[in-house]
Amino acid sequence: MAARLALSRWRAAPAAAGRGPLLSCRRWSGAKADTVYDVVVSGGGLVGAAMACALGFGAWDHICNMRYRAFRRMQVWDACSEALIMFDKDNLDDMGYIVENDVIMCALTKQLEAVSDRVTVLYRSKAVGYTWPYPFPMTDSSPWVHITLGDGSTLQTKLLIGADGHNSGVRQAAGIQNVSWNYDQSAVVATLHLSEATENNVAWQRFLPSGPIALLPLSDTLSSLVWSTSHEHAAELVSMDEEKFVDAINSAFWSDANHTDFIDSAGAMLQYAVAFLKPTKVSARQLPPSVARVDARSRMSFPLGLGHAAEYVRPRLALIGDAAHRVHPLAGQGVNMGFGDISSLVHHLSAAAFNGKDLGSMSHLTGYETDRQRHNTALLAATDLLKRLYSTSATPLVLLRTWGLQATNAVSPLKEQIMAFASK
Amino acid sequence: MWGGSRLSCSGNRFLGVVLSRYRGTQTECTRLITSAVYSENQFSWTPQTKPWVFSEYRIMWFKSYRMTFACLNRIKIYRYPWTRLYSTSRTTVDSSEVKTFLALAHRWWDEQGIYAPLHSMNDLRVPFIRDNLLKTVADHQPGKPLSGMKILDVGCGGGLLTEPLGRLGASVTGIDPVDENIKTAQQHKSFDPILDKRIEYRACSLEEIVEETTEAFDAVVASEVVEHVIDLETFIQCCCQVLKPGGSLFITTINKTQLSYALGIVFAEQIAGIVPKGTHTWEKFVSPEKLESILESNGLSVQSVAGMLYNPFSGYWHWSENTSLNYAAHAVKSGVQDHPVPDEFVFKGETEELRGQDSTNAGAQEELKK
Repeated sequence: MAARLALSRWRAAPAAAGRGPLLSCRRWSGAKADTVYDVVVSGGGLVGAAMACALGFGAWDHICNMRYRAFRRMQVWDACSEALIMFDKDNLDDMGYIVENDVIMCALTKQLEAVSDRVTVLYRSKAVGYTWPYPFPMTDSSPWVHITLGDGSTLQTKLLIGADGHNSGVRQAAGIQNVSWNYDQSAVVATLHLSEATENNVAWQRFLPSGPIALLPLSDTLSSLVWSTSHEHAAELVSMDEEKFVDAINSAFWSDANHTDFIDSAGAMLQYAVAFLKPTKVSARQLPPSVARVDARSRMSFPLGLGHAAEYVRPRLALIGDAAHRVHPLAGQGVNMGFGDISSLVHHLSAAAFNGKDLGSMSHLTGYETDRQRHNTALLAATDLLKRLYSTSATPLVLLRTWGLQATNAVSPLKEQIMAFASK
Repeated sequence: MWGGSRLSCSGNRFLGVVLSRYRGTQTECTRLITSAVYSENQFSWTPQTKPWVFSEYRIMWFKSYRMTFACLNRIKIYRYPWTRLYSTSRTTVDSSEVKTFLALAHRWWDEQGIYAPLHSMNDLRVPFIRDNLLKTVADHQPGKPLSGMKILDVGCGGGLLTEPLGRLGASVTGIDPVDENIKTAQQHKSFDPILDKRIEYRACSLEEIVEETTEAFDAVVASEVVEHVIDLETFIQCCCQVLKPGGSLFITTINKTQLSYALGIVFAEQIAGIVPKGTHTWEKFVSPEKLESILESNGLSVQSVAGMLYNPFSGYWHWSENTSLNYAAHAVKSGVQDHPVPDEFVFKGETEELRGQDSTNAGAQEELKK
């Protein structure tokens, strides 16, 4: 790795997490006016902080000391039919982990303190302007990126990493085109107390016509809710009182109101056919737990949309996380893609540094871009398709997705591929 | 017989070069008579006869037009044309080639410009240098593998190779006979406070600093240089003098083969415009065998030779078994306590006269009789 990894980053409002605008900025201490940082990370959310840690090294240990949950199984089913898909690993390994946002942030903050000789955090500052270098070194013009902060000071860096969310200021300042549209949906998140303690190791998701509702285990008695629904309904859900909210959640998971006989019989037919062709074990349908209470302050909502930057990199600039791609939470992949970005970028940067290269050079940045665009574009497209497919209760599409889901459920290698792709 | 040759006239002056080449001998004795008047930095030559059949005389007319392919203009392998001087003093610098580089001195750091191939060659040569130097140290700091090493970059140009070596922690001195190159290099490193301290540039030739820097460097790098010097023997001698005992010499250059003529001169310069015309003179290319013999005769034991191949479409270099185009060599100067030249070194072909041992090597040197 480069000898001096000076990391400087700050947090623009992570609106997606529904927090208030906590603006923080990280900066290397002992800086004189003419210090040139190796890397500046703009944006202090999950992805930005993780990037800072990755460049300064290691944060998982802190998470392990706090709350997280492994899950072994995932059950996803349709509200309009009986079709379901179950992801299950045959061996008893954990399929994945659910970690709360706050827990990750806490761990990352601790880790950043541990590497504070190499990474400085500037809290509560905001970048107001960026000056890009000329693509071609010209006499007397600085080849570095200049960042002007809200308090008037300037930072210079060899590489600016934009991790400032889907309304990325860095991306806009660089003039990178962004393909985006809004879904007419908001996601409601909350922490729920289950009615009874169970071995809570299954992740549940049900596709309602208004949007998917998901219950993710946090502990034996706690689960996390992510419910994507229309803006109006979301606003209602956030403001309604606790009992009604709990009832709404339970009925969303249990109610059969959206079933039609036609679809039910069609689904049953395919199920018989599958069982006939492949009479191996089919995991029995499980019933999701019911919810008793909600954590009072944990309820909030944020709007959803899709976004993808046309370019992830420019000379001396790289975009990671939501600044590069924004996705619907139905697959739970948003921040995972961000972490994947980090891993790829760190890999390319460390190889470049070991070759003595200029960190902002396009030669390795394009390698990162190619890697990640390939992976992310596929995931974005798939998620968008699923969202559109499940947003309707029109019979032909319901039939299509019912059969599709059942067929996918029957083909284990396909499910394994899906799991492998999602865990990259 | 060259009456019908074209004279391109684009308002610039011409360079006429007459080559006389004598075939029929096995030696590579070539007499080059040059009368040089340069205007533009780029010039090309068009042989009037088929290249593989050398008649007694061949005239090369230099045209000063620039020919580039739009799709390939990213890729130019630029060498240092060090022109030849005919003088009685022992110098390795060729002034006509100096002028060639003068006009392009500001283009060094455009990574997509004419020097792009040299930028991407760093992907090969920096690891080559780094890894071979790391073998000589017990352990290293993870962030600065080359820290504590003093390296001399001969013919550094704009500092394309000097800066990565500096970033890896070494103290690097870069020298180049072209003033403008040094100016560009100075200016480029001045923005980075760390590199500014680690790298030092001087506009001079190797001979000029030999006296004051005898046995001063852990490593000497002469990348894309030896095909431009006049007197290779002197050059290698000087390299050896400034090296500490046990120090490493790294050379990358172009082989002298028919393939290198066809691809390196005809294709790269004439047709595709990958390399500005007139950058290279085929007669000055050095084969690995000849280079090895000169190195060995100066007390430098060759550790490895590896071929390099450039893909003009991707813009990337690759290592290769084949050394008939570009190649890299690593040699180590025998120290007082080092063991003598390894016996397994095999000489290929050619009768060469061996020079006497270099005065800096006190240890017993075995003569390699051929």
